[in-house]
Amino acid sequence: MSITTTDTKRRAATGALTVRDLTVSFPTATGSVDVVSHLDLDLEPGSALGIVGESGSGKSLTSLAMMGLLPPKATRTGTVTLGTEDLTSMSEAQLRRIRGDRVAMIFQDPLSSLNPYYTVGAQIEEAYRSHRRGVTRRKAHQVAVEAMERVHIKDAARRADHYPHQFSGGMRQRVMIAMALATEPELLIADEPTTALDVTVQAQILALLQEIRRETGTSLILITHDLAVVSEVTDHIVVMRSGVCVERGPVEAIFSDPQHHYTQRLFDAVPRIDDEIGDLRSLSPTGDHR
Amino acid sequence: MNATPILQAEHLVKEFPVAGSGGLVTRGRTFRAVDGVDLTLAAGETLALVGESGSGKSTTARLVTRLIDVTSGTVRFDGQDITGLRGRDLHEFRSEVQVVFQDPYSSLNPRHTVERIVTAPLLYQGRKPPGGSKRFTQSLMERVGLDPNQWQRHPAQFSGGQAQRIGVARALAVGPRLVVCDEAVSALDVSVQAQIINLLRDLQREEGFSYLFIAHDLAVVRQIATRVAVMCGGRIVEAGDRDDVFDHPQHDYTRTLLAAVPRIRPEWEAARRARAAERHSARREPVDASPARRGA
Amino acid sequence: MPRYLAGRVAAMAGVLLLVCLFTYAVFFLLSPDPAVQICGKNCTPDRIDQIRENLGLDRPFWTQFLTFLGGLFAGRTYGVGPNAVQCAAPCLGYSFQSSQSVTDMIVQRLPVSATVAIGAAVLWLLVGVISGLVGAVKEGTWVDRTLTGLTLGGLSIPNYVLALVLQYVLVVQLQWLPFPQAVPFGEDPGRWFLNFVMPWIVLAVGYAAAYTRLTRANVIDTLQENFLRTARAKGLAPRLVWRRHALRPALTPVVTVFGMDFAGLLGGALITETVFGLNGVGKMAADSIAKNDQPVIMGVTLLAAFFVVVGNVVVDVVYTFIDPRVRVAA
Repeated sequence: MSITTTDTKRRAATGALTVRDLTVSFPTATGSVDVVSHLDLDLEPGSALGIVGESGSGKSLTSLAMMGLLPPKATRTGTVTLGTEDLTSMSEAQLRRIRGDRVAMIFQDPLSSLNPYYTVGAQIEEAYRSHRRGVTRRKAHQVAVEAMERVHIKDAARRADHYPHQFSGGMRQRVMIAMALATEPELLIADEPTTALDVTVQAQILALLQEIRRETGTSLILITHDLAVVSEVTDHIVVMRSGVCVERGPVEAIFSDPQHHYTQRLFDAVPRIDDEIGDLRSLSPTGDHR
Repeated sequence: MNATPILQAEHLVKEFPVAGSGGLVTRGRTFRAVDGVDLTLAAGETLALVGESGSGKSTTARLVTRLIDVTSGTVRFDGQDITGLRGRDLHEFRSEVQVVFQDPYSSLNPRHTVERIVTAPLLYQGRKPPGGSKRFTQSLMERVGLDPNQWQRHPAQFSGGQAQRIGVARALAVGPRLVVCDEAVSALDVSVQAQIINLLRDLQREEGFSYLFIAHDLAVVRQIATRVAVMCGGRIVEAGDRDDVFDHPQHDYTRTLLAAVPRIRPEWEAARRARAAERHSARREPVDASPARRGA
Repeated sequence: MPRYLAGRVAAMAGVLLLVCLFTYAVFFLLSPDPAVQICGKNCTPDRIDQIRENLGLDRPFWTQFLTFLGGLFAGRTYGVGPNAVQCAAPCLGYSFQSSQSVTDMIVQRLPVSATVAIGAAVLWLLVGVISGLVGAVKEGTWVDRTLTGLTLGGLSIPNYVLALVLQYVLVVQLQWLPFPQAVPFGEDPGRWFLNFVMPWIVLAVGYAAAYTRLTRANVIDTLQENFLRTARAKGLAPRLVWRRHALRPALTPVVTVFGMDFAGLLGGALITETVFGLNGVGKMAADSIAKNDQPVIMGVTLLAAFFVVVGNVVVDVVYTFIDPRVRVAA
C-alpha cells in the first residue's frame, strides 16, 4: 500500500466540511425557485453525516452544489469550506484539483455512471493519474488493481481489464468505490449508493463503507431516503424537506426524540421489519392518522 | 371459511431462450426463470412473494395471471385449471384477476384521462360502467382516496402516490377477486408508501380481496402479508405464515435476507414511540385544538 | 468471433444470391428482347432466331440464370464459332452495343467513381462532424440555430440543382474554377484536382447536413449521460473529459453510419457524375439506361448491391471491435 500510518492520521485531521447558508436556485418561467434554501451543515473530521429526505427535498442537489457540479443554469450562494479552504470562492481549475482527490463522489446507478467504452481499470487509472503528476501507467495500473482488491473484488488483476457491463450491480458499485478511493480522499460523498441494489448487496456495500472509514478515517456524507440505513451508518443526520433543513443533530437524539412534526411523521410512516403491526401512520395533510 | 384456495399453482416452470445461443439447426440454451414453484393463496389473504432481483418473483406473478404462458406446471383459480386457457375463456378470466404495477407513469397511458383508464377494463369485458361512466369513475376515485373532481385529468398531473391510486382504482374496476401487486409501492416515497399500504389493507378488510404481493422490501411485506414465500433462483426456499417466517426463519437464505435488512435500533424506536404517545395524550386536553396549527 | 464472422459471411452470400436472382428475373421479365437489341437495324426474323440460339436466349429461365452464375465464377463464352466472344471471370455480362464485357467497362470507370466517393466522403465527414460538434457545444445559441437552418437547406436542395447553380456561380460568374473537363491525373494533377472540386462539394452537401444533425444529437445526448457527471466529479481535465467521455461514445455510431453511406456511394453517384460529365460507373449506368443496354444495367445493379451488402457486414464486424458491449456478446 502506498500510504503510511502518519499520512492516514494527518488526513483524518482534515475532511472537515462546513456549509453555511447554502442556497441553490433555478430560473423558471415564474421567476427563480430555490431548490436548496439556506442550508447549514457541519461535518467533523472522520465522522459520517446522513442527509435524508424524500424526493424533491434537494438532497442530491446539495451534494452537487458542494462540489461545484451544478448545471450551468443554477445559481449558488453561501459558503462551503473544506478544512480551511473555501470551495465556493475557488476557480474551476482549483476545484478540479480537489474533486476526485480530496473529495470523491459515488452515485446511485453504477452502470450508467461508468463509461461503457473503457475498462474499469482504465477508468480508475485515469482518476489516479489526473491527480498525481509524473506517474507511469504501470504504477497507475498497480494502484487500480490494489484499489479493486481493497474493495474485495476477487481476481482483481484480471478483472481490471473487464468492461462495466461484465460486472454485476454490486460489483460495479464496488468499482465506483475503488475509483473514489484510489486517490485517498479526505471526504467521500455517496449519493444514494445502494438504492438500486438488492438488500443483501446493500448490506455488503454499507459494511464496506464502514470498513473503509475505520481503516482510513475518511469522512462520509451519505445521501439517502432510507432512514434505517442512515440510522446504522451515520453519526449525525440532517432531515431535508423541499430544500430546507427541518431538523439536524446526532442520530440517536433525532431517532429517539424527533422534534419537528415533519420528522415525527416521517418516522411514523417508515415500515419496520421487527415491529408490532398496526396501521402505518402517514403524512396526510390533515395530520390525521390514516 | 372457504376451503378451496383462490389460487393454487403446482410445479410451475418457465424457461426463456437465451439470446444468441441457437444456430440455424441447433436449439439454443434456455434459462429457467421459474424452476418448480408451488403456491397456495387462500381467499381474503395476502401472500407476499419476496426475493431479490433475478429470483423469479415477477415472472411467477406473470405466470399466475396468465400474462405469459407456462412452460410446464398448472395454475388453478378457484379450483378451475386456467393453465391452458385461450380466447374467450382467458378473456373472462381477466375480470377475476388484475394487476397493479410498479410505476404508474409508465403503466398508465399518459394520454388517457382517469375516466378512460378506469372504465377501460370494464369496456374490454363488454360491460357497461354501472350508473354511467362519470359516476362510476368518481365513486371509484373516492374509494381509493382521490378527489373525484379530477376525473378528467391525466396521470402526469398527479403526484406519484395519487397516480398509484389511479392504478389501484383501475385494478378494482372490474371487481376482481385477486389483485396482484407487482412492486406496487417500491417506487414511492416512504410517507406515500404508507398511505398506499393502508389503502390496500382497508380495501381488503372491506371487500375481501386476495392479494399476491410481490416485493423485495421485507419491511413493507411485514406490514401487509398474511403469508410469505421467499424466492431465490427461481425456487421457493421457504414459505409460511408471516410471523413464523420473520421470527423463526428456517432456511439460510431467509436468514441472510432478514439479517441484511437495515434496522433502526429498537431502543430508539421505543423511546420515540413513548414520546409520541405522550404528545398525543397531551394534545387531547386543551379544549380548543385549533385546526390551523395542525397540518403539514 | 470466428463463428460470428462465418455466420455473417454465409448470410451475406445468401443475400447476394437472392439479389442476383431477383435482378436477373426482373430484367428477364421486363426488358425487351435482347436478341432484337443485339441484332440492331436491318434485322430479319431468321437472324434474330439465330442470335437467340447462339446466346442461349431460348433456354428456360433457370438454365440461363445458372449459366449467368457460372459465368460469374468461371467466365463464359457467348455464341459459337468464329464470332464467339470470351468473357473472363467474373463475367457480369457482355455489352453487345459497346462490344466489351461489362466487367471491363466497370473496371475502367471505377477509379473515377471511387475518387468522387472518397473525396466527397472526406469532405462531408470533416464538415459534418465538426459542425455537429460546434452545434452541440453551442446548443441553443445563434450559432446552433444558424447551423440547423443550413443543414435543413443542405438536406432539401436537390443535388442537380446545386450542381448547376455551383457551375454557374463558380465557373461562369466568379471564374474561380475552370470548366469541368476530364484530365487524367498523370497529365495535369492540378487540373485533375480542380475538376473534382465541384462534384465533391455537390455530393458532400447532403451528407454533411445529415452528419451535422446526427453528430449534434449524439453529442448532446452523450453530454447528459451519468458517466460524464462521474468524469467531472473525478476532477478530470476538461480536454480528457471531452475526448474520452464525450466524443468517443458520441462518435462511434457515426462511424458505422459512415461505413454504410460510403459503401452505397461506391456503386456510382449517378446524377452528380452525369451533371459534371465524369466518366464513372454512375454515368455509365445513366447512359446505358438511356440506350437500354441491358447487360450493363444489370452489371451495375449487381455491383452496387455487392458494395452495400459487403459494407453492411464490414460495418457490423468493425462495430464489434469498437463497442465493448457488442464485442463480448459476439
